[in-house]
Amino acid sequence: MTEHFLLDGDEIPFVHGQTVIAAARAAGKYIPHLCWHPDFHPHGSCQLCTIKADGRFAASCTLAAQAGMVVENRTAELDDKRRTLLQMLFVEGNHFCPSCEKSGNCRLQATAYDLGMLTPHFEHFFPDRPVDASHPDLLLDFNRCILCELCVRASRDVDGKNVFALSGRGIKSHLVVNSESGRLADTGMALDDRAAQVCPVGVILAKRRGFSVPIGKRLYDSQPISEKVGEEKSRS
Amino acid sequence: MLETLLDRQHRDPTRLLQILIEAQHTSGWLSPQMLAAIARELKLPYARVVGVTGFYSFLHTTPMGRYRVLWSDNITDRMQGSTELMAAMCRKLWLEPGRVSEDGLASVAATSCTGMCDQGPALLVNERAITNMNMERVSAMVELIQAGTPLENWPAAWFSCVDHIRRKDILLDHSLLPGEALATAMERGRTATLAEMHLSKLRGRGGAGFNTGAKWQACKDATGDQHYVVGNADEGEPGTFKDRVLLTSYADLVFEGMTIAGFAIGASKGLLYLRGEYRYLLDKLQAVLAERRASGLLGKVMGSPDFSFDIEIHLGAGAYVCGEESALLESLEGKRGTPRIRPPYPVTAGYLGQPTAVNNVETLAAACLIAKHGGAWYADIGTDKSAGTKLLSISGDCARPGIYEYPFGVTVTQVLADCGADKTQAVQISGPSGVCLADNEFARRIAFEDVPTAGAFMVFNDSRDMFEVARNFAHFFAHESCGFCTPCRVGTSLVRNLMDKLAAGHGSPYDINEIFKMHRLMQTTSHCGLGHSACNPLFDTLNKFRPAYERRLQSLEFEPSFDLDAALSQARQMTGRDDAGAHLANES
Repeated sequence: MTEHFLLDGDEIPFVHGQTVIAAARAAGKYIPHLCWHPDFHPHGSCQLCTIKADGRFAASCTLAAQAGMVVENRTAELDDKRRTLLQMLFVEGNHFCPSCEKSGNCRLQATAYDLGMLTPHFEHFFPDRPVDASHPDLLLDFNRCILCELCVRASRDVDGKNVFALSGRGIKSHLVVNSESGRLADTGMALDDRAAQVCPVGVILAKRRGFSVPIGKRLYDSQPISEKVGEEKSRS
Repeated sequence: MLETLLDRQHRDPTRLLQILIEAQHTSGWLSPQMLAAIARELKLPYARVVGVTGFYSFLHTTPMGRYRVLWSDNITDRMQGSTELMAAMCRKLWLEPGRVSEDGLASVAATSCTGMCDQGPALLVNERAITNMNMERVSAMVELIQAGTPLENWPAAWFSCVDHIRRKDILLDHSLLPGEALATAMERGRTATLAEMHLSKLRGRGGAGFNTGAKWQACKDATGDQHYVVGNADEGEPGTFKDRVLLTSYADLVFEGMTIAGFAIGASKGLLYLRGEYRYLLDKLQAVLAERRASGLLGKVMGSPDFSFDIEIHLGAGAYVCGEESALLESLEGKRGTPRIRPPYPVTAGYLGQPTAVNNVETLAAACLIAKHGGAWYADIGTDKSAGTKLLSISGDCARPGIYEYPFGVTVTQVLADCGADKTQAVQISGPSGVCLADNEFARRIAFEDVPTAGAFMVFNDSRDMFEVARNFAHFFAHESCGFCTPCRVGTSLVRNLMDKLAAGHGSPYDINEIFKMHRLMQTTSHCGLGHSACNPLFDTLNKFRPAYERRLQSLEFEPSFDLDAALSQARQMTGRDDAGAHLANES
């Protein structure tokens, strides 16, 4: 017998052990998220997927679904919190969408549009994050990093290379690469690594491909991210 | 040097943090070559080693001075004058705070509370604790530093750390000999010992108050190759120092509690996670362990054929978040101290994924009393929902700061009278993440059902500015956030900036609303308790001491945060000018 929980009033079937966000996705329902990806272990850091389960706040990517659970998702209260979290991510880094080649394909930007984030609201931190253009095929622009660790997970768990790791603490947390020089060129990173494909924002970019798809024809240009449930490419 | 160190740690990658701490202990800092060598030998990615190093405040990847001075920056230290003393020290040494002197002689910086609030201002010099700082000591210390005098030749009195035990009850006044409680427990047997723990209604003393008997039972019942006992001695909550006193003068009781826990849950190994600030206690604690091994209280315990147990001490390296039990386990495994996703809880999947009972030092000590005198005896003390006694670490504006042991249920008024507090405006209970009580709440009781506490009790008299208290705490949380989740990583910094904006006289009611908004967000969406409670002190002081905030508001409408004159400060510093003409406001 399949069990169900309620998501904004809709019955969502789930299998034992499935998380709320995974079950929602399978049922075609969108819960905003950035650090979660169906191919990787849940991480729970961006907190954008925060929902209210039986009245309690929880990250839906780490919460196991329970039969009969009543889950609130797209409520004004939760979307308001999500908007604030997005604003925090925007001011923490240096995000200049008009000059970013990921614009239109960027999950951070698309989620912000979808949730109606109109201003950054907070004062910008303007952190100093030098880019790394050392690699022949890949560019690293740390200015846009949201610390989701998808590249860390992909490189470790899929590529078996451990090219990325987090260092620092608190607001000084930052991505580092696995070479004594600190340069991507001196790591084992390759263009066809899973880690090179998984960045939800514009940190890890293939060189010589920028703007190959014109603005207007990009992933989120015609349809908001909330209507593209399940578009994350699932590969083995 | 590295070879012997690595051999001593069995080249075990889960001991990475201990290896880094020891490597730095001998060479002063961790060079890229050193990190690369460690990574190579442990077969770990270099980036992992860099990532772990970068997480801990006490690990350095740039050369540090020969004398590394860290001033404890708790609000109680500040109230005792630490800000002026540290500034004077920097001036005398021609140093900027946080920067190493050009000649590599010294660095002076601030650090989170070092647990010496009853005898501050306090500091750490090369990992050794110094208390009761004053201007005279600053001058003498600067001379010793400039003369290159080794720490061994510094006045011994500076390094004295006093227990200041002011009120004893069943725990501090215990008359147990080493091994006595353990023998009773082993005689009684494992099941009966657990039954006594249940009966005692003992709850965790680290703050969360989880039932200890239930925790041990769940851990015992969990399946795993190995069970572990972890003693949480990462006493980082500002204003708390009772574990320091327990480890100084009651170490046997703590280790015996760990052994009893090991017996009850079926563990053969215990780990004590000692905060880096208490490293000065390490040798003494090792000596106590050696003594217990020699007298058969560790190893093959009391000659028992089926219970052997030993305890190892792991050091922390300056990260408050590691007091959270799942972050502590990550740190014990040699990783960044990021709190884990729960469930699973440590009782089923803890240290190295095995069933682990993580207990506070005070909880473990109390377990000895229960093992000896029985659960019913213990449950009879205190209140219905809070059995036993609680150690309070009292500091701030009172005549007799120190350690006070009370049965649960004591009123704040009573405690204030006993410690000699006068004209008290507020008490911050259980540290920055706890609760701030105003004088109309002093009839409330210390107990899980009323005012729960991990032990801190900081007293503020009516001369204190509660805004500055809250601002100090906001800075603390911004420094100590692990950075894992968005709301806490960014939120603690935003809140710190808002408090600084108010302090600079650029605030408006808008900013106060912003603080409330951040409080609601962080309380509901953060990954762990640090983020949940980081705005508590602001929320409390805003509600109870609103005038302290409002007198800083320039207007009741809106005030821009940008200060044109302040923006010129760098130019002033570069040109060495600070005259009236170098300031915008004074330009006429």
